[in-house]
Amino acid sequence: MFTDVQAEIAAALLSTATPVPAAIKGAARGRAERRFAVYRNTVAASLIEALAARFPVVARLVGADFFRAMARAYVAKEPPRSPLLFQYGESFPAFITGFAPAAPLPYLADVARLEFARGLAYHAADADPLAASAFAALDKGRLAEFAVRLHPSVFIVSSDHPIFSIWLAHQSQSVLPISHRAAESALVARPFLDVETRRLAPGTDTFLTALKSGSTIGEAVAAGAHASSSFNAAEALATLIGANIAIGLGT
Amino acid sequence: MTPYNETLASLDAASVGVGFKPEHMEDALAGGHGLSFFEVHAENYMGEGGPPHRQLAELRARYPLSLHGVALSIGGAGPLDREHLARLKRLIDRYEPALFSEHLAWSTHEGVYFNDLLPLPYNENTLAQVCVHIDEVQETLGRTMLLENPSTYVAFEESTMSEVEFLRAIAKRTGCGLLLDVNNVYVSAVNHGFEPMAYLDAFPVEHVGEIHLAGFAEDRDDLDAPLLIDAHGTPVSDVVWLLYRRTLARIGPRPTLIEWDNDVPPFAVLASEAARGQAAMADEIRRRERHAHELRCRDLPATFAPRYSGRLHVHGCAS
Repeated sequence: MFTDVQAEIAAALLSTATPVPAAIKGAARGRAERRFAVYRNTVAASLIEALAARFPVVARLVGADFFRAMARAYVAKEPPRSPLLFQYGESFPAFITGFAPAAPLPYLADVARLEFARGLAYHAADADPLAASAFAALDKGRLAEFAVRLHPSVFIVSSDHPIFSIWLAHQSQSVLPISHRAAESALVARPFLDVETRRLAPGTDTFLTALKSGSTIGEAVAAGAHASSSFNAAEALATLIGANIAIGLGT
Repeated sequence: MTPYNETLASLDAASVGVGFKPEHMEDALAGGHGLSFFEVHAENYMGEGGPPHRQLAELRARYPLSLHGVALSIGGAGPLDREHLARLKRLIDRYEPALFSEHLAWSTHEGVYFNDLLPLPYNENTLAQVCVHIDEVQETLGRTMLLENPSTYVAFEESTMSEVEFLRAIAKRTGCGLLLDVNNVYVSAVNHGFEPMAYLDAFPVEHVGEIHLAGFAEDRDDLDAPLLIDAHGTPVSDVVWLLYRRTLARIGPRPTLIEWDNDVPPFAVLASEAARGQAAMADEIRRRERHAHELRCRDLPATFAPRYSGRLHVHGCAS
């Protein structure tokens, strides 16, 4: 039955150690190796290419050969589970964390998280951001009671490493040395045409994450202050308004 | 259900288009390129929003679209991915493409997506399975689809029918149309040692709703014989242009698409490939009109029969 043949092909596609399925003409006489290799190569190469397009800064950080080898190992271990390739790679950061040859670059997985978030933001649903005047019109005394609906393209990536600085340094042809060495968190959003990436002040990542999960502004401010002693509520609100990431307000 | 020849009404039979690439957006909208339609891969537009949809909506406002699916896995042994089919329906409802096509191939097995068009044996079992899948696609989408002949690198011990017999039986049983990829015919012909013209002569041309043209790459098989790869990264080869002209001579004009997916060249290169297709199409239209004219004039005395005028539309026998 074809079910069995397909299962054999599927297994052999992801593992070069598995022989060419016997159902293929010439396989028994060893005459289908190069023919079957066309499929193996296309599967691996196209998925590696999809990851390279998705994680360009990770690829620059480790170099093309290293990236290809790492991506090949990932593809073999965790092939896509959906035909929507722009969703492929969600578990790539976790894979990088466990990938021994990448251990000397402890920030690599978090840079991958940032890049995956950018891809999600690119394809996220459209929505119109609130104008700053919508906030200005609010009764200041009741501000803390409001919950904020964030744009569907909003993602917050926090790290113990300077991931925003690393990412930014690789946006131009020549990579400049980074001066910032501390932990960084980043906001990724696509309020208008393009995906925007910005560094968040300490605690503001926690503040926005709380808003995203439905907290009121008051609760989010408390969470931000709890997360960082240098959290500044006014600055956090300015980021919320200035980044154009709010699409609704409610109590 | 709308038969494919009626769906085609929104796209002239002599249309020539190219596969759309986001980097060509400005050139595509600028016009002056003579292209009649654009084809896009359905899966690239299955996100919720963002730049891809903004571009596609803008393109659709100006040109007819052909939607080409690459991941439905119609040739697979397992059931179709209903979620994917629903996404496809939403996309078709939103953009109302003139054509919708998919492949005689599989790409998903037990939930794993391989991102390639993988081959299947051709026999009564797989035929029944493919027909069940196509029935489901056409019922869900409420329209007929075109099924594309694949390029293949391996053959199966369990095949009992030729590819042409297989495709003919599918079209007959399901009422679907066929997308004839002439480059795939040539690639498979070289890889499996059959005559491409014999394949085209046997092809059930009455079902063809679209033609694809693309470039191939050359490799070698285990016996060091040529193995052609359907790489979509080079111009259409001369031999494929020749086969295309012979195909047009047999079936007449059909919407024709130039595919170029890897090492994508500047838009002008794609447009010049399309112009070659338009020239072949125009030659065929002239040839058919001349032929019809000769038939009409056959009963007239030879001295009254005018020479072919060279114009596209020749109605009278005497000028």
